[in-house]
Amino acid sequence: MSGAGGPRPGAEGLSDAASIASRVRSGELRAADVAEQVLGDVESRDAELHCFNLVTGEAMRAAAAEVDRLVATGADPGPLAGVPVALKDNLCTKGVPTTCSSRMLEGWSPPYDATVVRRLVAAGALVVGKTNLDEFAMGSSTENSAFGPTRNPWDTGRVPGGSSGGSAAAVAAGFAALALGSDTGGSIRQPAALCGVVGIKPTYGLVSRYGLVAFASSLDQVGPFATTVADAALLLETIAGHDEMDSTSLGGPVPRLTEALRSGVDGLRVGVVRDFLADASADCVAAVRNGADVLSRAGASVEDVALPELLHGLSAYYLIAPAEASSNLARYDGVRYGLRVDGEDVEQMNARTRAAGFGPEVRRRIMLGTYVLSAGYYDAYYAQAQRVRTLVARAFARAYEHVDVLLAPTAPSVAFPLGAKTEDPLEMYLADLFTIPSNLAGHPAMSVPFALDGQGLPVGVQVLAPALGEVAMLRAGVALESGATPGARGPVRPGAVV
Amino acid sequence: MSGSPVAAAGDDRLAGWETVVGLEVHCELATATKLFCGCPNRFGAAPNTQVCPVCLGLPGSLPVLNRRAVELAVRVGRALHCTIRPSTFHRKNYFYPDMPKDFQISQYDEPIDVDGYLELPSGRRIGIERAHIEEDTGKTAHLGGGGRIHGADRSLVDYNRAGVPLVEIVSRPDMRGADEARAYVAELRAILVASGVSDGRMEEGSLRVDANVSVRPIGAERFGTRCEVKNLNSLRSLGRAVEHEAARQVALIETGERVVQQTRHWDEVEGRTSAMRSKEEANDYRYFPEPDLVPLAPDEAFVEAAAAGLPLMPADRRARLAALVPHEADGLLPASTADQVATTVDLGLDDLVVAAMACGADARLALARTANEAAQTPEAARRLDPQAFARLVELEASGSLSATQAKAVLAELLAGGGEPEEIARRLGYEALGSGALVDALDAVVAAHPAEWARYLAGEDKVAQLLTGQVMKATKGRANGKAVAAALAARRG
Ligand SMILES: [Zn+2]
Repeated sequence: MSGAGGPRPGAEGLSDAASIASRVRSGELRAADVAEQVLGDVESRDAELHCFNLVTGEAMRAAAAEVDRLVATGADPGPLAGVPVALKDNLCTKGVPTTCSSRMLEGWSPPYDATVVRRLVAAGALVVGKTNLDEFAMGSSTENSAFGPTRNPWDTGRVPGGSSGGSAAAVAAGFAALALGSDTGGSIRQPAALCGVVGIKPTYGLVSRYGLVAFASSLDQVGPFATTVADAALLLETIAGHDEMDSTSLGGPVPRLTEALRSGVDGLRVGVVRDFLADASADCVAAVRNGADVLSRAGASVEDVALPELLHGLSAYYLIAPAEASSNLARYDGVRYGLRVDGEDVEQMNARTRAAGFGPEVRRRIMLGTYVLSAGYYDAYYAQAQRVRTLVARAFARAYEHVDVLLAPTAPSVAFPLGAKTEDPLEMYLADLFTIPSNLAGHPAMSVPFALDGQGLPVGVQVLAPALGEVAMLRAGVALESGATPGARGPVRPGAVV
Repeated sequence: MSGSPVAAAGDDRLAGWETVVGLEVHCELATATKLFCGCPNRFGAAPNTQVCPVCLGLPGSLPVLNRRAVELAVRVGRALHCTIRPSTFHRKNYFYPDMPKDFQISQYDEPIDVDGYLELPSGRRIGIERAHIEEDTGKTAHLGGGGRIHGADRSLVDYNRAGVPLVEIVSRPDMRGADEARAYVAELRAILVASGVSDGRMEEGSLRVDANVSVRPIGAERFGTRCEVKNLNSLRSLGRAVEHEAARQVALIETGERVVQQTRHWDEVEGRTSAMRSKEEANDYRYFPEPDLVPLAPDEAFVEAAAAGLPLMPADRRARLAALVPHEADGLLPASTADQVATTVDLGLDDLVVAAMACGADARLALARTANEAAQTPEAARRLDPQAFARLVELEASGSLSATQAKAVLAELLAGGGEPEEIARRLGYEALGSGALVDALDAVVAAHPAEWARYLAGEDKVAQLLTGQVMKATKGRANGKAVAAALAARRG
């Protein structure tokens, strides 16, 4: 275990995605060299961190060769040409194992690519591999993985957050310039904050869910990790947009996200969610207050807003998400794919398969969700939770009459030690207290690495915006980034080798 | 709605009891592709060849609603006089190996079609509570253990049918007895085929029926406890199952026992219903709104476009045909005529009758020849030239052909087409044509001037003698009625 604030693993590693793409496209840098460096780095350091469930080295080398060939022939290799990208292992990859970090799907390879994966590959990105997660994305520390936890590159005795901990840590460690995660209740933003990288949960429907293995369908959204706000915007722009394979995907043009980055925050109206500050650590509260000052100095107006309803989001979420999960995960029954444990009859085979294939947290949520939807309890739990969901959305709407974006802590604390919360699920659930409301409302939100605590661990600040408010959100995000404590974000430094 | 009791014919076990039936009919929609994916909706392909990640429910796949299926559901609603309304999809959760996702996407408390009716040939209206869209399941084959899932050694699943679009049409408990239940399904099938919604092939599973059956003493107001009988794959099974189930319930009640509300399985071979294992029906389906689909809110333009080109429904066609036939003094159709109307429409021959009438054919006779004779070969009848058919009917109506002769000519017309007059000549009925008859009459009048004078003077009984002479002159081939008519016409 290395001490916090010690030498940053990967500090001499990758530069940002925009730079890599620009240099690969110009022919100055070969994609093949990027691939070799990344694969060598992962080979030497990921045994300890366990960011990846699977590294797809051969495919990465082949993709790099294709990018280099296109560059050589003068063809357009795409906006993410040669950029190494890590994929959360709940995104379907054709012919490549997709496990959701569960014994249930160990060894299963989908016959198709997720829409976001297709778009990434079409943009010239190089897929490094599939990253670790809490089983079926249920958790906030990546300790619920059936294949062992991921360690935080800032301090390997601590968790990276979750559920997209592998993706967040891969970017923080310099294994990939970009990564995709999924965010159902904070699963991108919370690990982004704990790993000192940028993470965005987009507006519900902005990014296709086709090929994202469902946890809670009405809340799930795919989003980017990056070391800079600009890179996150670039990746989001690449994967966003209507997909006819996803009925909940939005129509209309994708907002010009990368253009927003130059707009500044002059005149932007910012509200600080006062109700969240009482439940956050002093370092996290200080980061929000300092972030507000940064925005204010850059020309934004800042006020405190009272949104007590948002705190009820957590309990509504822990009824709605398990309810949907209990249905989404019913298909893992041993009949068609994945694990099968034989039994005397079909029912026994189903039961044995599910008992053996799912870990304790997944089983807990399936039981909770099944109960919530049961006859006689539906109104008291599921229907009531939906009413709370409406209240949360109304509270946001009230705030957004006065402000363009909201500022809040991303997580209640910095990265916590491995094992600190595994014995107490409710304590673990609280890690998502500040991120859940955006999922319930379908709104975008991002975590920006902003400060370091006394131990040198990164602290994130969360920017929340109304539906399709990504442009305002990114404007605030860029301003926060430029006012952040030096060294607070991902261990990437100027003058990187690549 | 009238609830006239109809006892099951020939089943005295049910004497004094009324059988109440409500039906749930699952109808496969005749779309080119499945409900939520692009796989072909085709019967009879090799197992598991019409599948994709979506209809196999693979992790990460999502449903996208088939627009054509919605259009066809709108047509069903229109044809059944339903209100077509905004609707939503729910998940019906239960574990079964033929269901790839272990839930079925179905419309639950907000179906697309509500509050309609279906009018039987008898004129009775059966209420339609709702019709909703849902996806079909795959098909399981159980090896060993008597072909049921419990006790089977192995089970094989074919997912070709998984995700095929269905509408489930739920009637109100308005049917009284097995015959009416059968008539309802036959009528519904005709409506679905006419609407272009289904091929109506029960033997291929395009229509599947579950029956809710209860009994009550004739005259009672309150419904008895009902049982749902599943696995009814033909009209015959439906009729037998309803009769058996009603008799079973009556026997229970008459021996002092109670009917327990339950789901029962119809065994076609044994000819009896049996209770499903309680485990099989103890499901709590945990319905909740399907988060992967958006609410369905067809606007008026969509509904009108979907319903455009709906042909007249059987009940409307029966009404149209009945209106063209003379009614009794009491304003009603004779029962036999109503039956002829129903048969004619059922076989799709009403257009023939209507067209023949437009050419001047006698309505009742045209209907009778269609329903009784042409109906024997409906394929040929649908190709019949209405003008030729109309002339045939007129030859009979005018007495130029006897009924027997007209039927023989019609048989020829149906077999090979042609002109009825020419066929009649070829069959030797030519002499009976009006020209030959007049010639024969002329000769008889010339040969019997005295008798003719007496007839002219009003002595009607002489007509018999004159007719006899004409019959003799035509060697008995004349039509007696036609001769009498010709005599009367000549007297003026
Ligand atoms: Zn399919």
